[in-house]
Amino acid sequence: MTDTPAPRHIPDRLDKPLSSAIFSWEALLVVIAVAIFAVNSFASPYFFDPWSLSDLTFNFTEKGLIALAMALLIISGEIDLSVAAIVALASTMMGMAVQAGAGTPVLVLIGIAVGLACGAFNGLLVTRLGLPSIVVTIGTMSLFRGIAFIILGDQAYKGYPESFAFFGQGYVWWVFSFELALFLVAALIYWFVLHRTSFGRRVFAIGNNPVACQFSGVRVDRIKFILFCLTGLMSGIASVLITSRLGSTRPSIAQGYELEAITMVVLGGVSILGGAGSILGVVLAAFIMGLVTFGLGLLNVPGIVMSIFIGLLLIIVIALPIVWRRLREGRFA
Amino acid sequence: MKSFLKYREIWLLAGIVVLIGLISTRFPGFADPANLRQVFNDTSILMILALGQMVVILTRSIDLSMASNLCFTGMVVAMLNAAHPAIPIPVLIVIALLVGLVLGAINGFLVWRLNIPSIVVTLGTLTIYRGATFVVSGGAWVNADQMSPDFINFQRVAFLGLPVLSWIALLVIALFFLVMTRTQIGRSIYAIGVNPTASVYAGIDVGRTKFIVFCISGMIGGLAGYLWISRYVIASVEVANGYELNIIAACVIGGISIAGGIGSVGGAVLGALFLGIISNALPVINISPFWQMAISGSAIILAVVLNARGERRQGRIILRKAEAA
Repeated sequence: MTDTPAPRHIPDRLDKPLSSAIFSWEALLVVIAVAIFAVNSFASPYFFDPWSLSDLTFNFTEKGLIALAMALLIISGEIDLSVAAIVALASTMMGMAVQAGAGTPVLVLIGIAVGLACGAFNGLLVTRLGLPSIVVTIGTMSLFRGIAFIILGDQAYKGYPESFAFFGQGYVWWVFSFELALFLVAALIYWFVLHRTSFGRRVFAIGNNPVACQFSGVRVDRIKFILFCLTGLMSGIASVLITSRLGSTRPSIAQGYELEAITMVVLGGVSILGGAGSILGVVLAAFIMGLVTFGLGLLNVPGIVMSIFIGLLLIIVIALPIVWRRLREGRFA
Repeated sequence: MKSFLKYREIWLLAGIVVLIGLISTRFPGFADPANLRQVFNDTSILMILALGQMVVILTRSIDLSMASNLCFTGMVVAMLNAAHPAIPIPVLIVIALLVGLVLGAINGFLVWRLNIPSIVVTLGTLTIYRGATFVVSGGAWVNADQMSPDFINFQRVAFLGLPVLSWIALLVIALFFLVMTRTQIGRSIYAIGVNPTASVYAGIDVGRTKFIVFCISGMIGGLAGYLWISRYVIASVEVANGYELNIIAACVIGGISIAGGIGSVGGAVLGALFLGIISNALPVINISPFWQMAISGSAIILAVVLNARGERRQGRIILRKAEAA
């Protein structure tokens, strides 16, 4: 009787004990989200209403879409500051197409194509010429929005077709907007790509050690190029949504979105130094930022004061685990 | 190394001369000394800010909160002036420096003691400081008629042929030049940027030095706050919104490497001047000011491409050869 030993099961990843799930970054974010939700519900009687909550989602879906791709880019050790400028340029191009009499499908196509092209331009500069992405994208940020300013000046494009309004204003079912549905579907796709494919593992690996990756046969530059293209693509999609929601294009559209998208990513637990992070965290962070701004809005807190809360939240959430660890080790000076 | 740096700045200077020459073909009065003095004066605030940003970037950090600091400090000083016009201007400048110092020290403390990457810290304080401006002012503006004549005119007084603002800029440039080339802290700042690990072994306290550079950029932000408000005679929450990127752009054009350790006072000044000349020239040669953003964007990209050619790290070359084979 030859007893062949059962093939040993080698896990892809280590089993995580329950305690690590409880004390994870995502758990901390859930606690914060629930707390803000509870405070909001007590603070304003208008908060806990399906339509209010639905309105709330418009605060973060567009930036959230950009943040999903930005998360991958930051995990790989790069960054893109030009995303808001891409939104502006794509929106301007869509506006030009409207003047030329383009219909809704063409507009969507143009928005997405311009986003993709801008992302590819960033990607080429970073990977082909070996330039630091933070500087390149500061440059392209001025360039892309600058082109929008050259084309539009102090004018605005209006007159988008009625069917175009669906993307930013339409509802898929009951209170679920098209924007929210798109964000959730995109989040699922990005979660799958980052956490369940070899491409995702490579993104993490590049963020941890690009040189070792290069020597291991990972095409570092090609993957980084794809990530820049994806970020541009998501900015193009966000541009379609914003333009559709506002129904007009000004060159100053989406000003400051890049910093909000990056805040979402960092708040979501993605290491700004690269190599660590999760899509779940980014989605939770997007919800938290939406909750904070909307809840404070219901209390008539001006937008600029809300930004204090977002800024504080960012620093406190990053600092807390560090302070906590130091206190436990008793070496906090 | 030293001669190489010189090389880069000479090229930048040559670029600026060519630029002025090109502008002069369209508008002959541009190269006139009186006009160039005016351009220098217009660019003074950006030059000062670029120097503050430079010391931060040299240590492989970044300060995104400078424009918000400028906005907050400017508002505080303007409100003080509106409420107590009797406070002399030098005292207000000291107050501006101190307020800026406190804001910079907060950044520095978080970077030093909590080891949070500077881009995250200053991304947070960027929004916090601007929001704080709204809180202290209640959203109100401080207008020209609320400011005392001294407050507005201090920087415009001509002294030996130049306005005080230009003299302040020259003083700051001289100070930075001395600190960066003739003092221990200056050498430490370069050393940290070139190799932080080796700096620790050489006895440099990296964390403390980073704290100091953020204090410097904070004080510069505060000083620029007073200068900005008294120059444009309006203090509001919107002041210098997004200007942090112009400051970084001036540094990048000036050849300061975002990877740290490379850059000079002369580079930062010339980088700022380059942007200042463009913004001054566009209206006089009848190009719509809407072109400015795209032009400075292209200038940044061009500058990075040119600078990167000298900065390529040697280590990768082996692999590139292997890749090609």
